[in-house]
Amino acid sequence: MALSTEESGRLAALLSGQADRVTSRWTEIVTSSLRGRLSQAELRRQVQDLHSAIVATSEQGDIDLSADNAAELRAALADLSRGRARQGFSATETTVSIFALKDVLAELVQEAGGANALNDYVAFAKLVDEMGLFTFESFVRTRESLIADQAEQLLELSTPVVKLWEGVVAVPLVGTLDSARAQVVMERLLQTLVDTSSPYAIIDITGVPAVDTQVAQHILKTVVAARLMGADCIISGIRPQIAQTIVALGIEFGDIATKASLADALRHVLRLSGVETARRQPRRGA
Amino acid sequence: MERVPILKIGDILLVSIQVDMSDQTAVQLQEDLAERIVDTGCHGVIIDITALDIVDSFVGRMLSTIASISKVLDAETVVVGMRPAVAITLVELGLSLNGIRTALNVERGMELIAAAHADELDYQLDDDPDAETATP
Amino acid sequence: MTAGIDLGHPQAQSVRSDEDVVRVRQLVRTVAVAVKLSLVDQTKVVTAASELARNTLVYGGGGSVEVATVENGRRKGVRIVFADSGPGIADLDLALTDGYTTGGGLGLGLSGSRRLVDEFEIETSPETGTRITVTKWSR
Repeated sequence: MALSTEESGRLAALLSGQADRVTSRWTEIVTSSLRGRLSQAELRRQVQDLHSAIVATSEQGDIDLSADNAAELRAALADLSRGRARQGFSATETTVSIFALKDVLAELVQEAGGANALNDYVAFAKLVDEMGLFTFESFVRTRESLIADQAEQLLELSTPVVKLWEGVVAVPLVGTLDSARAQVVMERLLQTLVDTSSPYAIIDITGVPAVDTQVAQHILKTVVAARLMGADCIISGIRPQIAQTIVALGIEFGDIATKASLADALRHVLRLSGVETARRQPRRGA
Repeated sequence: MERVPILKIGDILLVSIQVDMSDQTAVQLQEDLAERIVDTGCHGVIIDITALDIVDSFVGRMLSTIASISKVLDAETVVVGMRPAVAITLVELGLSLNGIRTALNVERGMELIAAAHADELDYQLDDDPDAETATP
Repeated sequence: MTAGIDLGHPQAQSVRSDEDVVRVRQLVRTVAVAVKLSLVDQTKVVTAASELARNTLVYGGGGSVEVATVENGRRKGVRIVFADSGPGIADLDLALTDGYTTGGGLGLGLSGSRRLVDEFEIETSPETGTRITVTKWSR
């Protein structure tokens, strides 16, 4: 897989002998594949970085992309693919930047001629392939972590914990609750209890179309955990279907307070905490 | 061996656990506390576990035991400041800390003890001034 | 068992006294933070380690704990091995039942810590003692 010392010596000579021509030709090929989405100057800089990384590595003797002495080269490749992945380029558009080097090398080897020309080209092409694969791998890794980050951001967006009253916080849950989201919501709720020093929490599930056993368990565990911390949870807005599911699944809600609506739950909590709500005044003229 | 300090504030004993306790330290605290309740005649014990990043079954059992002992000695125990992650872990572990009263922080814990104590006094004054065991 | 590659060197801690159980907790916490477990997951795995290290001390008559980081694709994790050369566990199913104890505890050590981790393996025999391997993965 790796290039021998002589081969990499010749590669270094080829690439550094006509450095300007190599980078210009390389940039030219890449530019046509990217259809002007990156400026010529930026591309040239990227290509020059790669070029010098390859030359530096090949001057050290035999090249093995997985070896320690190729760390700089690997970093340059990873850098390129990270940048492209973040800018929204496709995997092909990214790896073509590496494979373009093959065309350049083909031209150079042909010009130089010599007995080793064919062997050299095959060896160089193999190295470029390896570099291409490596770039592809790091491209995919970057994309995966982007997706994971976005999923996390989405999770945060969709789980607000609001303060309803002095000492009362609420989580209005909206949409399908999967296990991961339920867990995040519950952790956030418990943390808010501590941060705001609120002894009451209302979990409103009016906007939740369905619950499964796991989600119901998460809600139950949260209520128990809140109790351990010295706070009380009230669940409000249980839809008829969900009530049926809960009973059918045999989930014990035990002595957990449930109320029909968020308003009922708030009234219940205020009464518990001794807040006097004003009596409704008879409206004049009504 | 480290010892957990017990502070007396008015009618309340405050224990703020600041170290990662070894089992021996936990047992020692249990003994020290029983002694201090009798010595001081305090009616309330607050155990602040804000600084504890875990509570395992051993510490959980210690908290339950302290609560039971102080009940026998006519003192109310409130455990305060349990972190959310600790509470979630305890639930998963299956530890329910039965018989322990909890509050979010020291302040709320004091209110809880004051309320419990006030109830008791009211009850004694209203019905029978000589009643010894007037827990509702 | 999930295939995993060890990163770095596993850390060992002998368990001979109460204080060693505290050291195991601190060691596991350090590693759990290093592999970026969430706060709740850190707490869970440290609690499980505390329970199991205490078991090693009380029931196994002391032994050793080894903490290592593991990797599986994008996920990293903590793997902890508790080994003792004690008498072993006579009835494993019973020992894994909530509330069962031979030592006057709450009987939640084994069964509870199994719920706190993602992978839980146990090998036990009167000749070789008990060896428990647990793994917690980052999410």
